[in-house]
Amino acid sequence: MPRPAILRFAAQVLACAAVAVHAQAPPPDFRQWVAIEKDGVHDPRGPAVQSLQQPREALQPLAPDGAGNQVRWVEALRQGQINPRPRLHGTQPLEVRDTEIYLNLRGGTPIVKFPHLAHTQWLACANCHEGLFRKEVGTSGLDMRRILQGEQCGVCHGAVSFPLTECNKCHNTSRIGFHAPDGTPQGARAALVVPPSSTAAAR
Amino acid sequence: MKRARALWLPLMFIAAIASLPAAHAEYADVVLNKHAEAEGVRPVVFPHWFHRVRFRCAVCHDELGFKMRAGSNEVTMKDIVDGKFCGGCHNGDIAWSPDRCDLCHSGKPGLKSGIYGGHHSTGPGYW
Repeated sequence: MPRPAILRFAAQVLACAAVAVHAQAPPPDFRQWVAIEKDGVHDPRGPAVQSLQQPREALQPLAPDGAGNQVRWVEALRQGQINPRPRLHGTQPLEVRDTEIYLNLRGGTPIVKFPHLAHTQWLACANCHEGLFRKEVGTSGLDMRRILQGEQCGVCHGAVSFPLTECNKCHNTSRIGFHAPDGTPQGARAALVVPPSSTAAAR
Repeated sequence: MKRARALWLPLMFIAAIASLPAAHAEYADVVLNKHAEAEGVRPVVFPHWFHRVRFRCAVCHDELGFKMRAGSNEVTMKDIVDGKFCGGCHNGDIAWSPDRCDLCHSGKPGLKSGIYGGHHSTGPGYW
């Protein structure tokens, strides 16, 4: 092999290796958090800014997201990155429920698949029922205009859980090829999905 | 020359605005100032993110009785010292005790009560 050909071959091998290494590297993390002494709510002249934990320190190790705290809280819990205490005094564990509810079946935007599981891992039943939402499927009168005004789902989503700019996190199920679960009445707005392995009683 | 100055002035104005420090609280930070400043202490800054790492929502919003709407809870120091609201944990046992005033009363003077934090759009309501 003439010399220039050898050099070219070596360069090609190196380039391939570089591509392979790059493909294995984790994606770059561009998230930034404002330090508390600069966040506009803490008094930078007060003593607390010296002692309080910085958001970057607590949140950077957690599953990344592009909005809110820039953390996928449900995913961080699932992966065991955090293990927040579920109860203070009570020995009763949180009542986990794994049924899902299809919502917005008659709307125009994609269907909402609401997971009870992700919500009941954090919240108690009484946080939503029967105040914010009724237990009976399809009777809560969900309305995007009210949600945008901070009611219904908007009590949390837009204030503390992922914000309402993330449409497709809730509107996550395409209408194309969608079939409502068996037993859903014609023209229903919502339908209950009970996973085959579920221990929850079907309602 | 005149034209150059006409161009530079707005440019400098834009640069001055762009170089202002971006001040925005972490998403879902809550400021409590119903009583604090009237009583002569800084407003309280409650960071949701800090507590979410350590506690699930139900601890405060079910067991401790915090209603889930900013401004709807009447939190007084007397209650906290008696072990209610923040005092459920801030008792020197689970978290620092209520005599560490400055750690909670850490807000900028003059802030209004409510939910603060970035990633809000300019849309209607509380978006």
